[in-house]
Amino acid sequence: MTVSAHDNRPRLPTWEAALSHLVLVAGGFFLMIPLAWMLSTSLKSLGTVMSLPPEWIPRTFHWENYADIFRLVPFGRYVWNTVVITLLDVMGKIVSCSLVAFAFARLRWRGREALFLIMLATMMLPPQVTMIPQFVVFKHMELIDTIVPLVLPNWLGGPFLTFLLRQFFMSIPLDLDDAARIDGASNFGIFWRVVLPLSKPALAAVAIFMFNGSWNDFFGPLIYLHSRDKYTIALGLRSFQDQNYTEWHLLMAASLVAMLPVVLIFFFAQKYFIQGIVFTGVKG
Amino acid sequence: MIPPSSPMRRREERDGWLFASPWLLGFLLFTVGPMIASAFFAFTEYDVLTQPKWVGWANFDKALTDDPKVGQALKVTSIYAVVSVPLQILLGLCVALMLNTRIRGLQFYRTVYYLPSVLSGVAVALLWRWIYAPNFGLINSFLARFDIVGPGWLGDKDWALTSMIGMSLWHVGGGIVIYLAGLQGVPSELYEAVRVDGAGRGAAFWHITLPMITPVLFYNLVIGIITALQIFTQALIMTNGGPHEATLFIVLYLYRNAFQFFKMGYASVLAWILFGYILMLTLLVYRSSGFWVFYAGELKSR
Repeated sequence: MTVSAHDNRPRLPTWEAALSHLVLVAGGFFLMIPLAWMLSTSLKSLGTVMSLPPEWIPRTFHWENYADIFRLVPFGRYVWNTVVITLLDVMGKIVSCSLVAFAFARLRWRGREALFLIMLATMMLPPQVTMIPQFVVFKHMELIDTIVPLVLPNWLGGPFLTFLLRQFFMSIPLDLDDAARIDGASNFGIFWRVVLPLSKPALAAVAIFMFNGSWNDFFGPLIYLHSRDKYTIALGLRSFQDQNYTEWHLLMAASLVAMLPVVLIFFFAQKYFIQGIVFTGVKG
Repeated sequence: MIPPSSPMRRREERDGWLFASPWLLGFLLFTVGPMIASAFFAFTEYDVLTQPKWVGWANFDKALTDDPKVGQALKVTSIYAVVSVPLQILLGLCVALMLNTRIRGLQFYRTVYYLPSVLSGVAVALLWRWIYAPNFGLINSFLARFDIVGPGWLGDKDWALTSMIGMSLWHVGGGIVIYLAGLQGVPSELYEAVRVDGAGRGAAFWHITLPMITPVLFYNLVIGIITALQIFTQALIMTNGGPHEATLFIVLYLYRNAFQFFKMGYASVLAWILFGYILMLTLLVYRSSGFWVFYAGELKSR
């Protein structure tokens, strides 16, 4: 995160700092409890899940719960399906949004301003409006129960992440483009050799946001994927819940596995997460 | 300088459209086309398998006058948005203000508060179902220590919506990061100026900090409302709209009509109602922004 040149943050009197710490620790504690509860439950047996008061640290750790979820349902299959869709989505989003953002940020062409406003306006359009006709079209093309309806739209841009990239591209000095042009670079050359290499943090943010959205997507797979061997993790979790709705130790183990990639990415790339939302939220 | 009609400029003109073409294509295929189709479906009875049948305004009549579930869905969804979004903003701002001091452990706190807000989807919904579970869930087993029998939360029609709102506060961290960045963008000269004038920290907050970050709050209010009105996954996984339709959010009702009853025409009308509602609320917030959002034009270019 960028901290402005002079630090404007006030220095607090000791007792106020102590009070702040107290409040912040208490708040953080409440936010972390659900995750601890999930981890704790996932390591219990069915019997200890239903004991009062709950054992926060189980007397024996039932690691086999994690093996059980892969044995009881084709969880490995779900993970693989999700990985495939997510990777294709991320690739498509990066390629298409960066091209479009380049057009909006660095090239001068008639209609640019108007189209940019239209693109921003589509952010207000709830996906539910376009979803039904999209479903109808994919149904008539017999593409239901394939990953095409989930992946294809992500190869054709999207307002939010294009906006994020456009904001970032705008912050790169235009002189660099002009210099490259004088050296005979084409517009694609400028995109590829000047703008993209300088935009790695923003591209990382886009990749992370899309990964998150795609990995956790529920609505899309819910309406487009029907056969069990094509299920994503989100759908698998849901059917797992329907069948084993009281086996919370297994449900929590499965939920934890589902969250794990996002948590790992968060810890390794928190910087990019933060840069990304700062770019859309503050500089907008 | 490059003359405006040079081949180079013309190439730029052409390449602009070329580079923008993925979005243009997507916009036509996946936004404009479907919008037109959706407007058409709204006037038909259509189950995907047989041809759409023109029914005029019948779907609109039914949704707006004859279907109490639409009213219920709009009510529930509005309460959720109107309570959870301002609450998230208020709490997020308070935490951000505490963090925007020379406090130790900023990184640590930011990580802790931010982590839950990157988690979403079915896994999170399942986790919260278990937290709210009536007998052995986290909350009620805690209350049992004090011999309090907690309510059924998600299973209790008086508590289900409140439980959903409570759960939404777990995601307060996304806002905190944005507010922190906004707070750090307030020029320190302004603070120095009020200090010279002899104003205290309270006055500095009311006259400098708050006005300077209203654009950020405004952005979060708008995005927050749009997102909250589209709540779906939690509703389907945790309560399936129940009990007694206490959590029948509009998108859930739309989903049922479209993909369970295959009433595509009626579901399209619901989608347009949702869109109209989002537009109305956004405009309302936008109109009100003249009174409370402060754009420091020249100060922005710090």
